[in-house]
Amino acid sequence: MSAVARPAPSAAIAGDEWPVMRGQSSDAEITDLVLAPLWRTGRVWWMLFAISALGTLLLLFTVTYTVLVGIGTWGNNIPVAWAFAITNFVWWIGIGHAGTFISAFLLLLNQRWRGSINRVAEAMTIFALVNAALFPLLHLGRPWFAYWLIPYPATMNVWPNFKSALPWDVAAVTTYFTVSLLFWYLGLVPDLASARDRAPGRLRRRVYGLFAMGWRGSGFEWKRYHVAYVLLAGLATPLVISVHSVVSLDFSIAQLPGWHSTIFPPYFVVGAIYSGLAMVLVLLLPVRRAFGLYDIITEAHLNAIAKLMLAMGLMLAYSYVIETFISWYSADPFERYTYLAARPLGPYAVVYWIMTALNILSPQLFWSRRLRTNGTALFLASIGILVGMWMERFVIIVTSLNRDFLTSSWHIYIPSWVDWGILAGSFGLFGLLFLLFLRFVPSVAISEVKELRIERENTPEQETRRA
Amino acid sequence: MRDRTWSAGAYMAEFGSARELTDAVRAFSERGYTRLETYSPVPLDSVLPRRRSRLPVAVFIVGAIGGLLSYWIQWYANAYAYPLDIGGRPAHAIPAFLIPTFEGTVLAASLAAFIGFFVIARLPQPWHPVFEIEGFDRATIDRYWLAVDAADPHCAPDRTIRELRALSPLRLVQLEPPR
Repeated sequence: MSAVARPAPSAAIAGDEWPVMRGQSSDAEITDLVLAPLWRTGRVWWMLFAISALGTLLLLFTVTYTVLVGIGTWGNNIPVAWAFAITNFVWWIGIGHAGTFISAFLLLLNQRWRGSINRVAEAMTIFALVNAALFPLLHLGRPWFAYWLIPYPATMNVWPNFKSALPWDVAAVTTYFTVSLLFWYLGLVPDLASARDRAPGRLRRRVYGLFAMGWRGSGFEWKRYHVAYVLLAGLATPLVISVHSVVSLDFSIAQLPGWHSTIFPPYFVVGAIYSGLAMVLVLLLPVRRAFGLYDIITEAHLNAIAKLMLAMGLMLAYSYVIETFISWYSADPFERYTYLAARPLGPYAVVYWIMTALNILSPQLFWSRRLRTNGTALFLASIGILVGMWMERFVIIVTSLNRDFLTSSWHIYIPSWVDWGILAGSFGLFGLLFLLFLRFVPSVAISEVKELRIERENTPEQETRRA
Repeated sequence: MRDRTWSAGAYMAEFGSARELTDAVRAFSERGYTRLETYSPVPLDSVLPRRRSRLPVAVFIVGAIGGLLSYWIQWYANAYAYPLDIGGRPAHAIPAFLIPTFEGTVLAASLAAFIGFFVIARLPQPWHPVFEIEGFDRATIDRYWLAVDAADPHCAPDRTIRELRALSPLRLVQLEPPR
């Protein structure tokens, strides 16, 4: 006899030897553990907040400067017109993918371990998308005309050209952002009700009550909630695949050597999930430590994410090999030059080799069972993967553009201080949003963790013990 | 069964675990009670009969409309109202239009699922009679409530209270009909 809606967790749960939940905490203790950061703030939080706020100010300054003076303040040139802005855009969008991967994909696959980490991953997705959206807007040069990208009936009678990949991007990214936000909020409703019912003081109770929409946890609400949640998960799942595929089409429908390749959509999606999982770990490991969530986020989670990263890393390595092989096999001199000379030996060879080393070698650590649950190893490897993936975007964009077909049009690209400032500032904004999230929103899906706890009580062994 | 507003009042029992609540629901259903509701911090087994949700149908229809609309906008903009001849490519480019069509479908369907949930669950609802119960705030933390509608044809005040008490709940509360 099971007391909950879904089948009890089986050996299918990641981490065959580690439990997805530990300890004898009661429901109230779990709730209070997760909600604790909402009611009081530590000094570390304020320190990190101050650093992030400074970063955000830097972003504000560099963006204002860019908008006032123009994108001539960037290092961009012709032919390297995309450079940092699009590198950052593709990288941040990619980071976002792991959130939806964890929350939607793994929900449909009934991977119950996702329950204690999906909230952080989804928040990360949303904040990464906020950052990502910034770059193409600035790259327009005249961001105040950004609304021209939207098909609206205008007296000018000029419409977006839907045969171009750029309006596809607009459609894909806005859809992705909206769906991620809806999914996140829907998942939050029962937890916001818990926060409302635990909040000290009238004001906080009011505010959380407002966002909890009057959730009571009635059987009817839960039933309908599950239908809507699974529907949204089903709708978000194809987005995981489609968004970065669409982004990759920006490149692959162009003729440029190094871009014009049919492997791009899967290659980009794999890289996106790869870097996103790395970012999940970079955020999750400190959160786990700071809030003492060791019983809720266990070795099972780290082990599962590490295994996924290893799988993604191997797929990415395969893509690198195939991409290079096909360029040789195509017998196209420009393709061969880009892949076999310009990238490994050209002006950006250092970036290329660091990228290859970081992306292919870092995940190899995770063949070791011990390292898969070692926080330090995971954190360092994740940082390596994040840097490596940023470099991959840079290599794809800059090395292809700076040496295209005609030698006379070749031009080196050097980022300006504004380029660096915006990149650094975007980390500040990301950190700021994430810290606010930790401070005001339950960072673990409390009701899902309680479900896990109840399931654990109702396993067959426990049943027989009770009988 | 829809979410209840307890316009005739209700008898409510508080339990300390999901198992006790599901056992109570099962016992009451077997006795012939039909207007029952549970309140719990986690979703429970489908112990109460519920109508199949119509949300998936609504989501499908709205998604289909979203997809058609997305395609129509593109056709109208690029093939009908303002066709651009770029290198002799067709103005009505079906493969190119399919990508925003897909995105439009997902967007419309997701909005339908999200809004549809709140409409069906009748949320937001800032006030509800159960919020008046002292200590009901633990229903989202660690307490499990069974509510029996006073308008239930099987409900007879004294017997119902006796039957609820037999389940040895933590607390019994009578919810008066709202005035």
